[in-house]
Amino acid sequence: MQLKMALAGNPNAGKTTLFNQLTGARQHVGNYPGITVDHKEGHLQYQGQTITITDLPGTYSMTAYSAEELVARDYLVYNRPQVVINIVDASNLERNLYLTCQLLELGAPLVVALNMIDVAEARGIEINAAVLAQHLQVPVVPIIARSGFGKDALLSAALQVASTNQQWNPLSISYGDDLDTTLSELIKIITAADLMTETYHARYTAIKYLENDDQIQAKGREISPQTAHLLEQLVEKTADHSRLTLDVYPEAIIADHRYGYIKSLLRQGVITRKFDADRLYTSDKIDKVLTNRLLGPVLMLAILFALYQFTFSWSEIPGTWLKNAFTWLSGLVETTLPNGTLKSLIISGIINGVGGVIGFVPLIMFMFFGIAILEDSGYLARVAFMMDRIFRIFGLHGSSVMPFIVSGGIAGGCAVPGVMATRTLRSPKERMATLLTVPFMNCGAKLPVLALLIGTFFGENKARYMFFFTMLAWIVAMLAAKLLRSTVLRGAPTPFVMELPPYRFPTIRGLCIHTWERTYQYVKKAGTVILGISILLWAMMTFPGLSEEVSTSFAMKRQEVMAAAAPDTRAELQIKKEPLSEQAQALNKAITLIGNEEAEMALRHSIAGKIGISLESVSRLAGFDWRTDIALIGGFAAKEVIVSTLGTAYSMGKVDSKDAQSLSDRLKEDSNWNKVTAVAALVFIMFYSPCFITLVCIAKEASWKWAAFSMAFNTILAYLMAVAVFQIGTFFSLG
Amino acid sequence: MHKNQHGIITAISVAGELGRRLREMGLVPGTRIKVCGRAPLRDPVAIRILDSTITLRNNEADHILVEIE
Repeated sequence: MQLKMALAGNPNAGKTTLFNQLTGARQHVGNYPGITVDHKEGHLQYQGQTITITDLPGTYSMTAYSAEELVARDYLVYNRPQVVINIVDASNLERNLYLTCQLLELGAPLVVALNMIDVAEARGIEINAAVLAQHLQVPVVPIIARSGFGKDALLSAALQVASTNQQWNPLSISYGDDLDTTLSELIKIITAADLMTETYHARYTAIKYLENDDQIQAKGREISPQTAHLLEQLVEKTADHSRLTLDVYPEAIIADHRYGYIKSLLRQGVITRKFDADRLYTSDKIDKVLTNRLLGPVLMLAILFALYQFTFSWSEIPGTWLKNAFTWLSGLVETTLPNGTLKSLIISGIINGVGGVIGFVPLIMFMFFGIAILEDSGYLARVAFMMDRIFRIFGLHGSSVMPFIVSGGIAGGCAVPGVMATRTLRSPKERMATLLTVPFMNCGAKLPVLALLIGTFFGENKARYMFFFTMLAWIVAMLAAKLLRSTVLRGAPTPFVMELPPYRFPTIRGLCIHTWERTYQYVKKAGTVILGISILLWAMMTFPGLSEEVSTSFAMKRQEVMAAAAPDTRAELQIKKEPLSEQAQALNKAITLIGNEEAEMALRHSIAGKIGISLESVSRLAGFDWRTDIALIGGFAAKEVIVSTLGTAYSMGKVDSKDAQSLSDRLKEDSNWNKVTAVAALVFIMFYSPCFITLVCIAKEASWKWAAFSMAFNTILAYLMAVAVFQIGTFFSLG
Repeated sequence: MHKNQHGIITAISVAGELGRRLREMGLVPGTRIKVCGRAPLRDPVAIRILDSTITLRNNEADHILVEIE
């Protein structure tokens, strides 16, 4: 038998932990159509029943003021799950019950899961679940989601409630004489007109009208304008009255009374406290250090730096292993397949392109793991708390810090999960500004280019320069955000009311799930867009190919060189004897050089080459020649291909992103390249259009209009910056 | 208010979205709050209310009228 269950509760109450406990890996995170709120669903088998569990977004209340709340509310009334588990944090009972109140007023069939009783106990808070259940008139089951304690009792209670299949009966709370009178009148009108009574109880609708709930009022107007008008008039009269007499709106009175109801309920023997309420808990003590005026920021930088180190050093080994695997694969194809287009396609197009991306997966995965630790432990909220003042100057929120870090704020990341992470920002304007500026961060794809160019031209101080460019990314992102917030995204800042959850030990399962979700987004990119783009680019760089006469002339050149050499040397090369003698090595080099020349000429004549050359007039201002242009065009689709394309363009044959030593040498020798050009190129690459997949993400989270804006805005900005760097640098002969 | 001071809320003088957010976190008249501390740059401020700690910007906290104990 199929059973529909929903999980509702405050953020930080342990909802996700419980959801993971119940469903394990059998969960799927999708999207509510048209809205950017995650739809999390999972399955569970229990006592012969198949239970579908929907994890509703964490909310503090059920108003109509944020997408999450609307999603939760609509899900409940339209999908009518047979039972709703309301997770409540026992160490924070009063506020958590505010949502419970609203769920009860909706009439949902509820089971209250009293989570974190261990934390409550440690704080000397004892909760009498039986008494609470009596007052609320729903089952209350103590659980510890982390360990699974109480899971069975909870599920049994839930199944029990589901089986009774009760009607949705709303709880009635008194809101004071004035409002109660108004409510009865509203209810009379609503019942008489049968307004939305199939979906909501008349009392619920009445309360929503008094609370000025936009969604309900809009629906009312749609269904029956006259009734809606009557109701609204009545509400307005009451509002005016309460404003005059009590100086508050009905909304405030309702909230006050809900809390009053909760308080009186709790006073009746539900909670007993052993310790003085003022006692500092462990979390508070930790915060004294971590958010300290002096130590706080210092420790924060230390932690972020440690994360940077951890990511880079630990991912080295698996990264190298993967890289070697791809090189081996490439070698295998090289020797087994006959020379020709197919072989070229597989090696240069597929293996090179995709290999570069896969080689970065360990780094990205470790970074995401580190971020998951910061997030799940609660530390990230402290970072947002400390950074808010600074972020506010640029029109952003402290909570934007997370998307920035995920996108590569420290070192490596990916803008795709970064853009998705902006969903948690409740304020639309700040969210858009964050969304549009996270692509400026140094994501995992940009790192090889940074490493290449910095290593080549600034080799003596590599680490310092890497750090400098990371800072530059942040500065530009912040300034761009400010610019956006003062022009296209102008608007007042939205409230920064945020909870600082107590520090918690993350669960390994939670960490793995979070890490995997984000890494998967990055990997999916490799199998799809990057593969396609690599092939496309390969095609653009190979065709139309050299004309007959030109290839023949190159072949002849090679023959000449071979003929000029001694017969034994030639023989050595033919049988591929190892090690080769000095003369054989020289011969080999000469042949290779001719081959490279041929490759470069072929590239010049290809579609990509022609495009690059046509752009030269514009790109010259920033110091880029046609070869760089080709690489940058490839980067529009995916930044990972920039290094490999550059390698091919500089006729290195095939250059593998992680070991670009010889390309590095080639660039150093090239007269077109010097420190100034390198910086100009870096600046352009760091800031121009987001890669294709990120653009798609932006389009999904916002709209195609914004994605197009992002592409144009970023590219123009990057171009102007690159030109400025090049022109000024050359003027002052800084190269 | 200063760090470690206690007070009882007498009124929340703002409506709209901010008012709603404050109320749903438990900031309603008659509730006891305590200032836990401030961020390194003095803003936002962290306050303890009903067993949890929440943070708000100073200009948001200005709307919370308190009677100091």
